[in-house]
Amino acid sequence: MPRICCDTTRDAAVWDFTVTTNDTRDAEWAHCIARIRADRDETAFVTLFQYFAPRVKGFLMKSGASNTMAEECAQDVMATVWQKAHLFDPTRASVATWIFTIARNRKIDMLRRQRRPEPDDLAWGPEDEPDQADILVLQQESERLAEALKALPEKQRVLVERAYFGDLSHGEIAAETGLPLGTIKSRIRLALERLRHEMK
Amino acid sequence: MAVTHHIGDEFLMAYAAGVLPEAFSVVVAAHVSLSDDSRARLGAYETVGGAVLDTVDPAHMDDGALSATLARIKGHAPTARAATPRRTPGVLPDAVQRYVGGDVGSVAWRNVGRGVKQAILPTQDSAKVRLLYIPSGMAMPDHSHGGTEMTLVLQGAYRDADGAYHRGDIEVADEDVQHTPVAFGTDDCICLTATDARLRFTSVLPRLAQPFLRI
Repeated sequence: MPRICCDTTRDAAVWDFTVTTNDTRDAEWAHCIARIRADRDETAFVTLFQYFAPRVKGFLMKSGASNTMAEECAQDVMATVWQKAHLFDPTRASVATWIFTIARNRKIDMLRRQRRPEPDDLAWGPEDEPDQADILVLQQESERLAEALKALPEKQRVLVERAYFGDLSHGEIAAETGLPLGTIKSRIRLALERLRHEMK
Repeated sequence: MAVTHHIGDEFLMAYAAGVLPEAFSVVVAAHVSLSDDSRARLGAYETVGGAVLDTVDPAHMDDGALSATLARIKGHAPTARAATPRRTPGVLPDAVQRYVGGDVGSVAWRNVGRGVKQAILPTQDSAKVRLLYIPSGMAMPDHSHGGTEMTLVLQGAYRDADGAYHRGDIEVADEDVQHTPVAFGTDDCICLTATDARLRFTSVLPRLAQPFLRI
């Protein structure tokens, strides 16, 4: 998430983790962000842009933004990825999750013209060195979650997605899909339970 | 004291998705600041958000999009600082201090009567969020709910039919619930409360006060 963390003292060397054959797509993207941060590497940025910009735009359009607005915001979000590369923390979020939170906050600003209150940062002590094993687990789990989401029965997957695209409350989803509110809530719950089960 | 009353999944998911009204988002952000359990679950729901982004049908970007974005970032080192430095959390978590302009000493309280004070925070939508100050031993005005009410304890404690609530604890009540929270303990109680509809007070005096309370 785009935590506003003022710790710029952390050694950039910890980002240059070795690429191994176990690396996920997310590890490659994390590596791209490390290169943006360390070398202002535009090639790395292009890699991220080509994958994420069309998805951010798709996400915003599903959320009710016009083509023009979604295009402009997707470009904004990707520019933010460049500008805030130093705030990305692979021990807390995958790259997809981090970019999702940037897109979400931009969406709140754009579609609802509201502020986004954020939780306080945790106080990290000097002993909290990023652990490569933790990072790998987080990346793998994030990717398995995406796979599990794709594998959900269509009806459940659509409802989970709608809950994230919305400016639609569960009640409004009910009006639009014709499903009773209780059914929607239980389907979302079922979907989340399946996702949890997949992650075990 | 460890937080024992955590926020429900449907609110955390809505907050992670960014679809919760601003007034309720302030309360959830403040609660997550004080509850490790809720923070961990929020992380999980944000990861689901990342998975949704990852699996959404990509939309076609304009032809010049990449070069336009590259032109924008050129000459801008990726070292942008946070726009506003975070405040040191005190009684009020940073998420609340941003609306107040400081910690609890900066709150512009308005007396509501019998030592009870409130301050409405400036949010955008029709849902409202306010700080309530209730002297220990005093009851919050007895009311039933016209919608959802979310209450987070920031100082002291209160007790109602459902149990005792201390700093970091959160309670969600809907229109079916009639409760009479009473502040207790050595410290006066400070709560953060979001409501999404005008409350209907059940006793005469608070009802007269309702226009002044703006609830």
